Amino acid sequence: MDTVLELRQVTQVYVNDSRATLAVEDLSFAVKRGEFISLVGPSGCGKTTVLSMLAGLLKPTRGEVIVGGERVLSPSPRIGYMLQQDYLFPWRTILDNVLIGLELSGRKTEQSIAFTRSLLHELGLGAFEKRMPHELSGGMRQRAALVRTLAMEPDVLLLDEPFSALDMAIKLQLEDLVQATLRKRGKTAVLVTHDLAEAAAMSDRIIVLARNPGRYFSSFRIPEAMSSALPTEARRMSGFQPIFDRIWEALEISGGKEA
Amino acid sequence: MSMNMSWIHEIHKRHLSAARRTRWAVRVSQVLLLTGLMGLWEAAGRLGWIDVLLFSYPSKLLIQICNTAADGSLFPHLGITVLETVVGFILGTVFGTAIAALLWWMPFVSRVLDPFIVVLNSLPKVALGPVFIVGFGPGFISIVATTLSLTVIITTLVIYNSFREVDQNYIKVISLFGGSKAQTFRYVVLPASFPTIVSTLKVNVGLAWVGVIVGEFLVAKEGLGYLMIYGFQVFNFTLVLSSLLLIAVVATLMYQGVTYIERLLMGSDMRKP
Repeated sequence: MDTVLELRQVTQVYVNDSRATLAVEDLSFAVKRGEFISLVGPSGCGKTTVLSMLAGLLKPTRGEVIVGGERVLSPSPRIGYMLQQDYLFPWRTILDNVLIGLELSGRKTEQSIAFTRSLLHELGLGAFEKRMPHELSGGMRQRAALVRTLAMEPDVLLLDEPFSALDMAIKLQLEDLVQATLRKRGKTAVLVTHDLAEAAAMSDRIIVLARNPGRYFSSFRIPEAMSSALPTEARRMSGFQPIFDRIWEALEISGGKEA
Repeated sequence: MSMNMSWIHEIHKRHLSAARRTRWAVRVSQVLLLTGLMGLWEAAGRLGWIDVLLFSYPSKLLIQICNTAADGSLFPHLGITVLETVVGFILGTVFGTAIAALLWWMPFVSRVLDPFIVVLNSLPKVALGPVFIVGFGPGFISIVATTLSLTVIITTLVIYNSFREVDQNYIKVISLFGGSKAQTFRYVVLPASFPTIVSTLKVNVGLAWVGVIVGEFLVAKEGLGYLMIYGFQVFNFTLVLSSLLLIAVVATLMYQGVTYIERLLMGSDMRKP
């Protein structure tokens, strides 16, 4: 399997009037095609900063981000990003919302529209094309947001705590749906989450970050049997709890004592 | 099932008829209040309790309006005032939105202009009236300018604020899809602020009337404001008060019209608070 996404000695400094802060220091890791990795770490470890750099929203102060062999300098259609909430535009129908990426990049064609509508059907939203976002439940809206991202046919998906705002039952359903959908299409994914069980259930590999400044701490490979199962199945396996405990332990050490 | 539900239906029916009774009571009270006040004014005038020369009375006002309407001399005044007001509030909203867009587009310009806008906003704008008369000559343009001085600054401030308060995450969605600044404005900032723009339209109707009447007081040779100031000068208070009555009626109609347009525009929009 080839490397599709890579961080090379990336450092990020935030500047404001009172000072310049080191947010992420000398971080390197690589993700293979089709791999699902999670970034976990204590608050202030720069998880979201890393995701913003991968998405091309933020230029690293030092080092480089490589996707598909090319340096990332600005947002690219090869990289999809799912936010914590759906952020569907309330004044557009569901169909118009999921087509917005194609519309903005001038790629809205009969074929791409048909493809997007088939995605809506696949994720159970076929009957809601003409509805407005406020008429849908939170889980359905987040599914629409996933369609909006997949419509651009990205190679890499960045998931920024996309399930954190949902009820437990909906969250578990969506974890299964998202993982199955991404796996079926061979997408590479980077998930940022503070939910260790979610990370353990969904990923092939977990990277633990330390904080102040954000940096690499350790990583865990999830056994094949568990990572290839659906998240809800993985959560029930006997090997799940020991892995969860090890990650938790690493997280406690990496975070140090709360100040 | 229908047997069990009938008593719930009964409660709903009772609720509806109670609501209808209240609605009627309010309407009747309103009519009584209006006719009572008008009747009292009429009686006070006719029975000499008040000075008729100064305060006139309702039937004299109506006769005045009917006569000027019948001989057609009313309509040029009415027409010009309505035209000035409509031009004033529409241009005020359009210019205000355009300036707000400019400030949003160029944050540097926004920072440079900030103190100037604060001063202009604090200024009692009608005080600029004489400047406009000198600049634009006595007439239509001066009056519209007076109106714009009242509406543009506040519209700019309100809409610019609304532009800036658009949730950054919506803008992030556009950036993530590689959208340009113009696309950000068109796809997010403007539609998200649409309810604010429509509501400033409504506020501007009220402000435009202030601007137009003050402007006409200062310079005009026609218009309802001119009729008022003319009536005042020749001691014809029936003319003053009948013009005031017309202004009240026309201003209300205009406000209701804009409210109706707002409902049409926002009909399918679920963002109303």
